[in-house]
Amino acid sequence: MSKFKKKKGGELPAISTASLPDIVFMLLFFFMVATVMRDSTLMVQNSLPAADQIQKLDKKDRVMYIYAGKPSGRYSDKYGSQARIQLNDKFADVGDVAAFVLAERASKRQELQNVLTTALKVDGETNMGLITDIKQELRKVNALKINYTTRVGDYTQNIN
Amino acid sequence: MAKRAAPEVNAGSMADIAFLLLIFFLVTTTIETDSGINRKLPPTDEVVDPPVIKQRNIFTVVVNKDNRLLVEEELMDISELREAAIAFLDNGGGQGEEACDYCKGKRDTSSSDNPEKAIISLKNDRETSYKVYIAVQNELVAAYNDLRDREFALLNPMAGMTYTEAQKRYSDPRSTATEKAKLKPLLDEVKSMYPQKLSEAEPSKTN
Repeated sequence: MSKFKKKKGGELPAISTASLPDIVFMLLFFFMVATVMRDSTLMVQNSLPAADQIQKLDKKDRVMYIYAGKPSGRYSDKYGSQARIQLNDKFADVGDVAAFVLAERASKRQELQNVLTTALKVDGETNMGLITDIKQELRKVNALKINYTTRVGDYTQNIN
Repeated sequence: MAKRAAPEVNAGSMADIAFLLLIFFLVTTTIETDSGINRKLPPTDEVVDPPVIKQRNIFTVVVNKDNRLLVEEELMDISELREAAIAFLDNGGGQGEEACDYCKGKRDTSSSDNPEKAIISLKNDRETSYKVYIAVQNELVAAYNDLRDREFALLNPMAGMTYTEAQKRYSDPRSTATEKAKLKPLLDEVKSMYPQKLSEAEPSKTN
């Protein structure tokens, strides 16, 4: 009768997976916190020049970004190889900068409107002419605080 | 003789361990922020009659379209720029009322009177590369920062930090209000000793 009884305890018990959700949630939270959201996709090449006398940029809600550089990869067929300005998700001309700044300014809270900084994220290979034009436009709309965004490094990396 | 089953591992504490790790990472990670060189553009309103500035109080830096530097009418390598700017700013050649008692320069009468009068004028070509422009800006800011560091250390030997570190602490949003209030007069004093007077001319058109 009990001749064919299954042998008990021969194999290991299954490992409990009750804690798996915890681990997954932990990772999720970690990445949620550590990721910096980029609010617009880059359409221009953007290897920033290096500098070491730098200051941290203000809080995110007080900054507006202007990108400039040569159109990257798949956009270069359509937009050529001349350096262009990118505002939000679109290529723009120098003339659009003023309107962009005013629109950005209007979208911020009242008390922040006077402390806005314009961060210029410009590719190192760009000519100064374009940047000077942007600066003139910014002066016209009284957006005088600017920040040349750079990466941390010695200035000698910029030469050659 | 029945074999005993291996007891199941208690997983109840796993959640605690997970939360411990989560909190550890939350505390230690800093979200990466952008950094760069801050500048202020001049307002557009035309100055009716621009003040007359003596030629010896102006330090001209010209960057041409081949990214070469002309400093005070002489060709210069960028590695020498910081020192040249410091020598100019710290010259202190003024007499009487315009004398500078904290300057440690050569007191050359053909260079700047005092740091308050000394102006660095930067002019670039439309075809200058942005990289080189940033390098030049970086070196000029570094010249000011070096001098301010020196004076800050002399005035506040107990502070335990340099001017640049103090400035960083001051602009850090995490610093407390009391610390900021303590740092502000110290920073302002040094800033007024070496005010950053960096003027940018309209760029030249390439011929």
